[in-house]
Amino acid sequence: MIAIVDYDTGNLRSVCNAFERIGAEYILTSDPRTIRHADRVLLPGVGEASSAMGKLQERGLAEVVKSLTQPVLGICIGMQLMCRHSEEGNVGCMDIFHVDVRRLRADEGSGVKVPHMGWNEVSGLRSPLFDGVNEGDFFYFVHSFAAGTCHETIAVSENGTRFSAALNAGNFYGTQFHPEKSGRLGEVILRNFMAL
Amino acid sequence: MVAKRIIPCLDVKEGRTVKGINFEGLRDVGDAVELGRYYAGEGADELVYLDISATYEGRHTFTELVRKISDNINIPFTVGGGISTIDDASRLLDAGADKISINSAAVQNPGLIDLIANKYGSQFVVLAIDARQTGDVWHITTHGGHHQTDRELFAWAREGQERGAGEILFTSMNHDGTRNGYPCDTFARLSSMLSIPIIASGGAGGVDDIADVLTIGSADAALAASIFHYGEITIHELKQQLHNRQIKVRL
Repeated sequence: MIAIVDYDTGNLRSVCNAFERIGAEYILTSDPRTIRHADRVLLPGVGEASSAMGKLQERGLAEVVKSLTQPVLGICIGMQLMCRHSEEGNVGCMDIFHVDVRRLRADEGSGVKVPHMGWNEVSGLRSPLFDGVNEGDFFYFVHSFAAGTCHETIAVSENGTRFSAALNAGNFYGTQFHPEKSGRLGEVILRNFMAL
Repeated sequence: MVAKRIIPCLDVKEGRTVKGINFEGLRDVGDAVELGRYYAGEGADELVYLDISATYEGRHTFTELVRKISDNINIPFTVGGGISTIDDASRLLDAGADKISINSAAVQNPGLIDLIANKYGSQFVVLAIDARQTGDVWHITTHGGHHQTDRELFAWAREGQERGAGEILFTSMNHDGTRNGYPCDTFARLSSMLSIPIIASGGAGGVDDIADVLTIGSADAALAASIFHYGEITIHELKQQLHNRQIKVRL
């Protein structure tokens, strides 16, 4: 059973649907006990980082997530909240990944747009999370802020600057892209997570 | 760099897709979910579903359909058509839409862009702009081009970005339906002016037109309907040909 952390950050339907499509059982919950006892935990997230962090803290869930020992996957803002600090709303985050989240810069000359929206390649893959995924495969991204690269980076992508497309520290994993919207390969990632 | 996106647009009336032919392996071209899944399998990067129902019942059916699409499609999809309030946007978000596109309602009430973007984020809001060029000026039109306004394209696009739109979907009413290509110079100007992605719509007659608007026009994505619906070219063939021309696409 995977616990999808529901902390009121908007629509969780597509994440739930993705787990349904791969036949994984899930529960949407904000209950610390249920989260602690789940086999796996998913931290989704859309919206703005500082308000999402606030909502997580209000529910006492930031400490719960940090203390988990089972595999945990953060998606998009969910991953960013697991970093040290986010420039979006200048907010201290959970400090699971030792890297900061900064705004991406649009650049007219080279055609770099922000938000970074669409399909982009990942490379430097080094994790069982990417079993069955090749260097240069595409995933779907939608974001204006990104974590830099560090020793916990397990995949990089580039939009004007290189950033962490995925991070891993111990039992914690994060993807900046949306596996639930990344077609067949996204489902490969979710299956890999379920097999960790 | 992010890949250029190819987006088929599906018109939906009373819950069924209209236009198009039955492709091999597709049982019912009117089944919006099945057609969407077919295009996703062909390599579509996103889908746009446009509700052209004029009735309340039709709108209700569309929301039900959005739920089914969300259950079954594993790539992003945008829904549009008749969205005029924040409640319309909320209803479609709850049904599972990744983005909504707003057009006439935003021209009449520009604050709607701010309202939706502040509540659900810019990534959720696509500002669809229809404009017609008269002399040197591009005038914004609404209601499918039937009504011309005093607003001018470039000022409106900039205002849309500042109010929080995450993407601009621009259709030239001079080119829409002509299959003579896109106004690439206008797209290039929009693209250099704005920091958000631009989706080109209306006018594609073939691969050359799409290649031009993605390169000369600097558009980030191309949306098309008839060239896909009538099987003139498959999405996979189109993307392969764009790739052969050194345009970055997801194959």
